[in-house]
Amino acid sequence: MTESMNNQNELPESVSASSPRTHSIDISSLTRGDHQLNIENEKIALNVNDLRLSYGEKEALHGVNMKIPQKRVTAFIGPSGCGKSTLLRCFNRMNDLVDGVNIQGQVLLEDQNIYDRKVEVADLRRRVGMVFQKPNPFPKSIYENVAYGLRIQGINKKRVLDETVEWSLRSAALWDEVKDRLNDSALGLSGGQQQRLVIARTVAVKPEVLLLDEPASALDPLSTLKIEELIHQLKDDYTIVIVTHNMQQAARVSDYTAFMYMGDLVEFGDTDSLFTNPVKQQTEDYITGRYG
Amino acid sequence: MRVSVKKWFNNGDPYVWINAGAVAISMVMVFGLLALIASRGLVHFWAHDVVQAEVEAKNGQVYPIIGELVESEMVSAVQLRDAGYTVPDNAEYMQRNLMKIGNRDITGADFRWVLDASLTKRSYPEDIVVMERREWGNFYGYLKQVKEGDVLIAEGRAAWDEFQARIDRALDIYTEIHDIEKGEIGAINSGMERLRLKQRGYELKGTATAENLLAIKEDRALLDATYQQLQAQLIGLYEKINRDQVVVANMDGTEINVDLAKIVRAYKPNAMSIADKIGFYISKFYEFVSDEPREANTEGGIFPAIFGTVLMVIIMSIIVTPFGVVAAVYLREYANQGAITRIIRIAVNNLAGVPSIVYGVFGLGFFIYFVGSGIDQALFPEALPSPTFGTGGLLWASITLAILTLPVVIVATEEGLSRIPRSIREGSLALGATKAETLWRVILPMASPAMMTGVILAIARAAGEVAPLMLVGVVKLAPSLPLDGNYPYLHLDQKFMHLGFHIYDVGFQSPNVEAARPLVYATSFLLVVVIALLNLSAVSIRNRLREKYKALEM
Repeated sequence: MTESMNNQNELPESVSASSPRTHSIDISSLTRGDHQLNIENEKIALNVNDLRLSYGEKEALHGVNMKIPQKRVTAFIGPSGCGKSTLLRCFNRMNDLVDGVNIQGQVLLEDQNIYDRKVEVADLRRRVGMVFQKPNPFPKSIYENVAYGLRIQGINKKRVLDETVEWSLRSAALWDEVKDRLNDSALGLSGGQQQRLVIARTVAVKPEVLLLDEPASALDPLSTLKIEELIHQLKDDYTIVIVTHNMQQAARVSDYTAFMYMGDLVEFGDTDSLFTNPVKQQTEDYITGRYG
Repeated sequence: MRVSVKKWFNNGDPYVWINAGAVAISMVMVFGLLALIASRGLVHFWAHDVVQAEVEAKNGQVYPIIGELVESEMVSAVQLRDAGYTVPDNAEYMQRNLMKIGNRDITGADFRWVLDASLTKRSYPEDIVVMERREWGNFYGYLKQVKEGDVLIAEGRAAWDEFQARIDRALDIYTEIHDIEKGEIGAINSGMERLRLKQRGYELKGTATAENLLAIKEDRALLDATYQQLQAQLIGLYEKINRDQVVVANMDGTEINVDLAKIVRAYKPNAMSIADKIGFYISKFYEFVSDEPREANTEGGIFPAIFGTVLMVIIMSIIVTPFGVVAAVYLREYANQGAITRIIRIAVNNLAGVPSIVYGVFGLGFFIYFVGSGIDQALFPEALPSPTFGTGGLLWASITLAILTLPVVIVATEEGLSRIPRSIREGSLALGATKAETLWRVILPMASPAMMTGVILAIARAAGEVAPLMLVGVVKLAPSLPLDGNYPYLHLDQKFMHLGFHIYDVGFQSPNVEAARPLVYATSFLLVVVIALLNLSAVSIRNRLREKYKALEM
């Protein structure tokens, strides 16, 4: 583990201590005690207005309204098929690639509707980066993977690339592990390293929002831990939205949590209150493991 | 322990046996084919011993014979009796030998069937000389004298060494003559032709001013002067090469004179040791792959055919790859995956099944008669009425084969594109790359091994095609290679030779079938080797690409 990682004091204890896996949440891990979060006091990064999405005849999102705060970690939880990934993929218009998808409503990024005709999708995706469930490095060298986004933008100056690659790999806490083999194929890295490489690659284009779609679900526990530590570091600079199946993970890493069910946003609030004192019965049923 | 048939059947053993058997049969067939072609073809270059014997003819007359035993077969006695041979009563089958006796200028045929039983007094005298000649095939007989004009130089045993030395000298001069005729005089001819066309071009455009014509005249005079010089040199060389003669005796003792200029090589097979024969074999085989054909393609080498085949395949690959890849990218990445795309895809797949001769007819009708003559009228009016591109040639043959192999490349590339995981595309798009950038920077490199697979299949198919090529530019004997030192170096309009067509031509159009038969096998073997080499090089490129872009384990 790197030097910078050891200095992370804000990590909850339960991350490293393997707490017994139960369906209910270990509430002790949620008491941060540093400050009280309140959505009313936050700056808003993404503003979702009555977002509806359907695949052909089937509606997958039935009018979602929410405000995603800036430079915080927002987690989406919910049972499989509830639409949390679909919602996430709306934020950088990844759903446009799916045939027969129909989207209505607005997603405002700095007061600009990203579904407006004037918006260049490529520019949007540069501002709203995304990391996927399975690590998907390109079959290129580690260096070229990180430099990819810059080269797309036409930046080919060696000095700029070198600096950005180092900076990005450092931000993804990967630099020390790969600095001696930057020209090796990225496919030679372990799964966890690959996922951090993908995060470095995404960070390299300096996005405003980072969308993480179950970033740790394909990884082993140790790699998961590293990714979670990384999320903690990154939230100072980026608005992070994370989709996760793992409620413990949501509890550990997020400031705000949204619970979705069957294409509806059921409850959205700061993580502590949502897990300790859910307002809706459905939420409580889910986090106490009655279904899902 | 008894196992019931049903149980044995269900445990999977029979399937393994059936599969293994099928694989084994396939391997045996492939290697059997190669072994047959190789053994039949490659013995041709061995220096076989030459037998001297006496033959009893049908009418009981006895005459001497000198020659190589080529092959033997069993013939039914009845058939022989009907043909007028005297055959022992108790014999049912008799052996008959095919002998290569050469001396076509004297006997009229190089081969003769002889009954094994009628061959008597066989011996293998060490003095027997075999001469390969530029005309009339091999000579078998005895060396008597070496002469310079009418002056006797050497006779008897001493003649052989003198003969060898003088052959080497003649061969050196021959090479010199050949270089001048093909190289320098060829360059002058092509220069002359260009000047003629230039002048004709001026006349057609109405710019045939005195000034222009004078320039051409001067150039022509310059070429003419060089030509005269070379001509004088050639005359000198011809005089030198025609200096020597040998007197040889054939099997019945008739003496004839042979010019040394017409001899390619001479050897005494019965006096050669195994090492000598191996050396001889290597030099003969090298001649076969590196030299030009002689005597209606039945002697000499097949280098122009190898060269033409390889060059055509390379040009074909260069043409077919971009077209196939672009078509596949459009079909897979851009076109709406609807009914029309499906119909196009089915049509493309079916194109692969169209008989190749149909492509030949299309190439002749469309490329040569329509496009080619259009090009001639637009770009080469000065050469008309003799066609430049309006006749078969390297370019049209390559394009025709490119169309023939296009479906293969399209299908293979599409296959490769469809195998690239969606997550890779999404990863690139999520970084702000457009679809085109994603394609260019990630997808196409990753699909390149599949493209190479397509090219490999295309090469395998194109290199073996003969039928369409006969219509679009392959000839029996091309006067020069399509790639040489004369401007514009690569002559895409020129006709060329091809191994596949060469096999057909030598095997079925040759005036001397017996002499050509081993060459058919040898050429077939070489064609297989050339295709295998082309494929291996493509496979090694593909493997390198595969290693570089090996797909994610997902």
